[in-house]
Amino acid sequence: MSLNTIQKQAFSGFVEQLMPHYRVVGPVVSNGGYAFEEISNPAELRLDYPTTILPPKKYLLPPQEVLFRFDRSNGAEITPPPQPRPTVIFGVHTCDVHAIQLLDHVFSNGHSEGNYLDRRSRSLIVSIECLSPCDEHSFCKSMGTLTADEGYDLHLTDLGDAYAVDVGTDAGEELLKNYASVSQGQPEDMQRLNAVLSEKWPRFPYRLNFDVSELPSLLEMSMKSPLWEELGQRCLSCASCTNVCPTCFCFDVRDEVELDLRRGQRVRAWDSCQLDEFATVAGGHNFRKSRALRQRHRFLRKGKYILDAHKHLGCVGCGRCARACLVDITPVGVFNELYRQQEIGGRT
Amino acid sequence: MMTAATIAPVAEQPLMEDQLFIPELARIVKIEPIAALEKVFTLELPRGRSLEHRPGQFVEVSVFGVGEAPISISSSPSRSNGNFELCVRRVGDVTSALHNLKPGDRVGIRGPFGRGFPIESFRGKDILFAPGGLGLAPARSLINQVLDERALFGRVIILYGARTPAELLFKDELQQWAERSDVELLLSVDRGDETWTGNVGVITTLFRHISVYPRNTVAITVGPPVMYRFVLMELFGKGISEGNIYLSLERRMKCGVGKCGHCQINNIYACQSGPVFSYREIKGLEEAL
Repeated sequence: MSLNTIQKQAFSGFVEQLMPHYRVVGPVVSNGGYAFEEISNPAELRLDYPTTILPPKKYLLPPQEVLFRFDRSNGAEITPPPQPRPTVIFGVHTCDVHAIQLLDHVFSNGHSEGNYLDRRSRSLIVSIECLSPCDEHSFCKSMGTLTADEGYDLHLTDLGDAYAVDVGTDAGEELLKNYASVSQGQPEDMQRLNAVLSEKWPRFPYRLNFDVSELPSLLEMSMKSPLWEELGQRCLSCASCTNVCPTCFCFDVRDEVELDLRRGQRVRAWDSCQLDEFATVAGGHNFRKSRALRQRHRFLRKGKYILDAHKHLGCVGCGRCARACLVDITPVGVFNELYRQQEIGGRT
Repeated sequence: MMTAATIAPVAEQPLMEDQLFIPELARIVKIEPIAALEKVFTLELPRGRSLEHRPGQFVEVSVFGVGEAPISISSSPSRSNGNFELCVRRVGDVTSALHNLKPGDRVGIRGPFGRGFPIESFRGKDILFAPGGLGLAPARSLINQVLDERALFGRVIILYGARTPAELLFKDELQQWAERSDVELLLSVDRGDETWTGNVGVITTLFRHISVYPRNTVAITVGPPVMYRFVLMELFGKGISEGNIYLSLERRMKCGVGKCGHCQINNIYACQSGPVFSYREIKGLEEAL
């Protein structure tokens, strides 16, 4: 596969060509920061954004979605939801590309789940290479997500006045062929690409004090760490961490009824293992009653359980949970402290 | 020792592809109140489809407009007649709504889900059932299957406890089991009343009245979390090994297929790897009991 480039001045033309055929979403300026939103004008796209509060996951697994509609007046008639709109998601960072690969596995492995997969199959991902860390909370380099070899349809790297474009899938290739004006990369483009990539690497710090391959066993050995109790004392059980996480996929299923009490819809909504009632059963027994146990569950999922079940780590190092936490509970802080405790023989 | 990671999830169930959340509409054939809070619902799937469940599996039951809840199947596959039964305690929104329905009404059904009891491996063995309270509902599915294939098993011992005589479930069947010479049934209630002449005390007080040959005994206990610790002590006290003790773990499954996260016990999903586990499989899992 050879290198393609799109001149930046031609890039808005590419986006504009897509807009009649696709819902186009990407990072835009929003409330003093950045957010993934649907755009109506290519100029809104800000591909040089640092990070967003919510990841692009929301287009694949929305905060709330209709699973089906029902009408009780008609012998409980059930209507599936409409087909999702074809969507192109621009500006996905490589951490989020890794997160989406995990979600793909979760919803296609075992029982495939059509609501997610329908949306996913109608979504194209145009990712972008990060050239500098979004802030002090990101730790993508430690998690191995600073770049991505797959999981995108097209991947962009900013070369200054042009983007290098890697084609990841046939659908990405089609998109370029039908809507973009690309040039065959020249030897000097290749040199610039190499230079950009080699300059970016040292800009990103390693933030874990150990190799990520040790994370699953570290967590397994840390089930009895006193750190969980300490986190439990601080945690407010607000679920901000899981709400902003690109890999969290736990959900609740519930019914909403219209005022006629006849028609309604069954919805799936994001849920959180950090909320008090998450593991409660009828009769009131709660299998993770304390905040300490819920925090432990969260980190064990991120660094071990999800890996065991889905072959991808449940943490991609985006730093969103660290930014969102009101009491400064951060994965880097937690993982490094567990490592310190293990290094001194489990004594603290 | 078998570790948690080696617990294999159940093989794929025949679900309509990608239609995970769309229930089938089952018709309520019969509703029978059997205690103050429990009713038995007999349900019929559309187009004569049989549920094809194993004892120990569960279904997700929908009352449209209220929601969905996981309920264990109480009837034995050997007595299906194309129908299946759910014994439902009125305890939450969905179960309360179910209790307000009438025969002829329709409910949504998804499933069956989960891994049931490995009944084939019980053949030739003595079976000790120790259900408590509503735990008899799922245990009954297996008990009746065993009784319908009675010659394939050794002794059948049933120790059943409830809080009060009025809360004993399936009293007609208890009576039938009591009358059979090939079933050893012992009942207990935590608090008796003026009519009760049987054992008074929690279920563990029944164990002193039985003796078993531990090397040929499989124990099945289903009940509330608090009961398990005490029953397990009694079973170990009889010398029954960890791998021959089976439990069913209750969780609030929202999907049934290992995605929603609600039933997760450390690294396993109760809806897929359970809800039936051998004690050996879960003893290393701190969040199990």
